[in-house]
Amino acid sequence: MLKMTHVSKIYRTDTVETHALREFSLTVDEGEFVSVTGPSGSGKTTFLNIAGLLEELSGGTYELDGRDISSLTDSERSKVRNEKIGFIFQSFNLIPELNIFDNVDVPLRYRGFKAPERQRRIERGLELVGLASRMKHYPAQLSGGQQQRVAIARALAGEPRFLLADEPTGNLDTEMAVSVLDLLDEINAGGTTIIMVTHELSLAKRARRNIFVRDGRVSDRPPEIRLAASAGQV
Amino acid sequence: MFRYYLKLGLLSIRSNAALSALMVAAIGIGIGACMTIVTIYHVMSGNPIPEKSSSLYVVQIDNWSPDEPYDEPNEPPPQSTYLDATNLYSKGDEFRQVVSYKSSRVVQPPDAAELPFEVSSRATTFAFFPMFSVPFQYGSGWDTAADTNQERVVVLTQALNERLFGGENSVGEQLSLNGETYRIVGVLNEWLPTPKFYDLNNNYYEEPEEIYLPFSVAVAGEHDSVGNINCWKPFEGGYDAFLASECVWVQTWVELPTRDDKARYEQFLASYVEEQKTFGRFPRPLNNRLSDVLEWMDINHVVDDDVSVLLGLAFLFLIVCLLNTAGLLLAKVMRRTKDISLRRALGASKRTLFGQYIIEAGIIGVAGGVLGIAMTWLGLRGIEHIFTGMDFVQRLVVMDWSMVMLAVVLALVSAIAAALYPTWRAANVTPASQLRIQ
Repeated sequence: MLKMTHVSKIYRTDTVETHALREFSLTVDEGEFVSVTGPSGSGKTTFLNIAGLLEELSGGTYELDGRDISSLTDSERSKVRNEKIGFIFQSFNLIPELNIFDNVDVPLRYRGFKAPERQRRIERGLELVGLASRMKHYPAQLSGGQQQRVAIARALAGEPRFLLADEPTGNLDTEMAVSVLDLLDEINAGGTTIIMVTHELSLAKRARRNIFVRDGRVSDRPPEIRLAASAGQV
Repeated sequence: MFRYYLKLGLLSIRSNAALSALMVAAIGIGIGACMTIVTIYHVMSGNPIPEKSSSLYVVQIDNWSPDEPYDEPNEPPPQSTYLDATNLYSKGDEFRQVVSYKSSRVVQPPDAAELPFEVSSRATTFAFFPMFSVPFQYGSGWDTAADTNQERVVVLTQALNERLFGGENSVGEQLSLNGETYRIVGVLNEWLPTPKFYDLNNNYYEEPEEIYLPFSVAVAGEHDSVGNINCWKPFEGGYDAFLASECVWVQTWVELPTRDDKARYEQFLASYVEEQKTFGRFPRPLNNRLSDVLEWMDINHVVDDDVSVLLGLAFLFLIVCLLNTAGLLLAKVMRRTKDISLRRALGASKRTLFGQYIIEAGIIGVAGGVLGIAMTWLGLRGIEHIFTGMDFVQRLVVMDWSMVMLAVVLALVSAIAAALYPTWRAANVTPASQLRIQ
């Protein structure tokens, strides 16, 4: 379970103080598929970064699986990221000089798995996203949709409890976006908790629950999204 | 993970080939310049007889003028008079001592058709060979009876034996030196003490003498010294007067394996000088010295101060090259912040990334070290070329395995040192900072 209570995040420069999150409270239960929407600059990505332990919070508390993460050391945070959280980014973020197999291998290396176990997980992940035959290809040899599928395979290879997706279809055409969302549905159905940040309301409808963020807070009044009822539409 | 980091390092170097080549070049040039000087310094300052250097002592007793020291501030002469050398040798026969001086002889080759030629010679006592660990190819040195009985025996170097006898075992053969016949008792194996510690009067790096014969024979035959002869008191007369004079020209060494031996020899020296004072000699206050091999090299400034300065400058140049490398590494790291952010997001800790980048720097360091060895070789050949004709220079520009290893280790350590700051910057890239960039 993910639980944020009165979380704040302030970015400071010499002259400016920006409040990206204010009194942000949210609980996401095991197995949920939650979309986070809101206008640009509302704090969606900051929320996701804090949820994924990519940034530290300025105030409040954040518990992941009942553990207060604010007291963790860098190594402990890295371990939690590696073992419990998978990331999917808008720009795929594959490493261009590594082939598909080696890209998916990256988090498994940091996990310390032996070679046979890594190979098993990589093959299974790539099979899941339909790219088992492209293992030796390099990212530049794949389409955008295929690259995002590799990124999903990489995120899933470590069998994380939480999948955090930041605009996962932002760089894809409609057809590819649908196929990626279908894949996320499938993953969620398997029990993985998914939190997806998007600014497109039509995508947010695919989630079981929607959170609307405005001015760094969870808004009481979400927009005209009717959750669940419209699942399956883009 | 080491193999994984190695693979990532090689991939990174390949994907930034130009930048990586610049770094390797910077380290290679720095190491090359540094190791060229270090190699020469290493040869110049090397211990020529490591197994014994702390138990071999040069003997100095101060027979100099009452009005001024041999050298400021109060240095005793570096050599002994013939009188003192032979007195110490005969009175101190409980100690292993060697007296010797450099001379020269004219050799008549066995093949009468060949022309005579001059060789350098060392007049010495039998203990010279075992005391200075001189290796033999054939035969051995002479015994104490040969010294006492003035036997005309001789030991040749390997090179001279090659020239005269084609490298065959010549022990027992006759050799004509200045028209006198000597019996060959031994042929040395290759022996190149560097520096030539047992006689630092002339060129420290010249090769050992080509023949060795008994001190007693040389003195009886009035073989002139071709080393330094220093006198503070004039003498009149011929060779006998020279032998009885206060001129110093004989090198005296003693082997003292223990502290007790040294203490006993010091006492022996003091007693000897006190005794000589009663004969009106040694007008200066007691000033005896025993210096071991390394102390003796230090006293004689075997390593020129200029070389030490040059060594410092070479290391400064290396530091400049390393600063350049650090700058290039920093530029490389800054170009890879997206990759670093991503790896952090996927579970790499700061320590993990630090290790990855240090190993990448290590690969660059090793490559720089290999280039540095090639540059060093070129540098040494350049020095050899500049000093063509000076034989001793050829002995200073030799790069042994220890220097090769030192070059690689120095390059590795240098590259890692240069990488510390850039790597620290890399490890501290905020994970979220670059992940949304398109």
